[in-house]
Amino acid sequence: MFENFDFDVIARTWQVLIFQGLAFTLQVTVLSMTGGIVLGTLLAMMRLSSIKSMAWLAASYVNLLRSIPLVLVIFWIYFLVPYIGAWVIGSQTPIKVGAFTSALVTFVLFEACYACEIMRAGIKSIPSGQSGAAYALGMTYWQVMGQVVLPQALRNMTPVLLTQTIVLFQDVSLVYIISLPDFVTLASKVAQRDGRLVEMYIFVAVVYFAICLLLSFWVKRLQARTAIVR
Amino acid sequence: MNYNWNWGIFWELSPDASGTYFQTLMNGLGWTLATALVAWVIALILGVVVGTVRTTPIVWAVRLGNAYVELFRNIPLLVQMFLWFFVVPELLPKEMGNWLKQLPNASFWTAVLSLAFFTSARVAEQVRAGIESLPRGQLAAGTALGLTLPQTYRYVLLPMAIRISLPPLTSEFLNIIKNSSVALTIGLMELTARARSMQEFSFQVFEAFSAATLIYLAVNGVIVLLMHGIERKAAVPGYIGDRSRQNHV
Repeated sequence: MFENFDFDVIARTWQVLIFQGLAFTLQVTVLSMTGGIVLGTLLAMMRLSSIKSMAWLAASYVNLLRSIPLVLVIFWIYFLVPYIGAWVIGSQTPIKVGAFTSALVTFVLFEACYACEIMRAGIKSIPSGQSGAAYALGMTYWQVMGQVVLPQALRNMTPVLLTQTIVLFQDVSLVYIISLPDFVTLASKVAQRDGRLVEMYIFVAVVYFAICLLLSFWVKRLQARTAIVR
Repeated sequence: MNYNWNWGIFWELSPDASGTYFQTLMNGLGWTLATALVAWVIALILGVVVGTVRTTPIVWAVRLGNAYVELFRNIPLLVQMFLWFFVVPELLPKEMGNWLKQLPNASFWTAVLSLAFFTSARVAEQVRAGIESLPRGQLAAGTALGLTLPQTYRYVLLPMAIRISLPPLTSEFLNIIKNSSVALTIGLMELTARARSMQEFSFQVFEAFSAATLIYLAVNGVIVLLMHGIERKAAVPGYIGDRSRQNHV
């Protein structure tokens, strides 16, 4: 079964795969999760806003993006961003957008939807007496949100947001469909070049498995530590 | 912006000889639904079994169940598809591997298998959470009445737990439909893949993707309605989701 297993192909290429491919994946994950949480928190505040049109707008955006596959979202952004960019700067031809930017825009917009739902639950978990008290002290909306509600909401939701980050880390592999140089894409290029699909894909699976398992154990411990404080 | 809109493109003939572009997309929808439905049935069966096993007092079975869930949750779906499609046939005995590779619709069956195992781990989590949310007294009462452990599960715990897990299972069902689009990487011509090939043949990028988006939205809407109906039918009087009770309060 494994008599033809060629460890040499992994030994030859692992440095490129990890330090370029996996580094790309991690960079996209961390940056788009950060952007996603910021945008998602704004969306959550819109959804909970008393201004009907704002709430409706945010809700439609979130529901739309959550009901279509990520693969389709990736295609949309990949083709749409050059046109929107051209429209913004008033150019006649679609502008060129780098691989990294395209991936980043996609995952920030996509992750914002999930972060929005998480943050909405987080904001709702704060007793309304707290914001009432803050308003009574004369604080403005942004002060109430920024200094009273959001810090607690963020803290309560940290384990969920981290779990979502692990999901995102796995989802970033889908940039394979537009050939961005992430971990899976680089590994599949080596696999096809050297005719070593078995070794390469098993290597990729083992690396993903090890990282995600470690991270999810860590999140579980964090959850157990922070759960009882309230 | 220089983009030539042409919404009439759907009624033009597509080069893959299956009729108009509209028919091509509908064909794709058929493959999406077939893949998702077959995988869903397998995922549901596997998921309920594994999720149930993880709540039993049998230590080795719980460990095995946990390992199963961790294995299928911690590898990206795309990589799992590659493993089933490229790696598994090579690791099997030669004749079996060749038989697998020559199977008609190999990408369909591979997609079904990988989606089924991937989703079953998630279903197992929901079912376990459902069983664990039941009061401990139910298990005790069941065994006190002289039911065996399997009987307690069959007649007392599972009927309630499945009903409790229905809403999260609905969203898993929606997920499996969306996730089936990943199968385009192994050559399954499902809805997203058809939209992409329509874009490549006709250069009408936005029409093609708009159509696919609308179809996914419609499918989502239908499933949400259907599942709400099932949730209402399956609701137990006195518990969350029971409409008759809400009306009387």
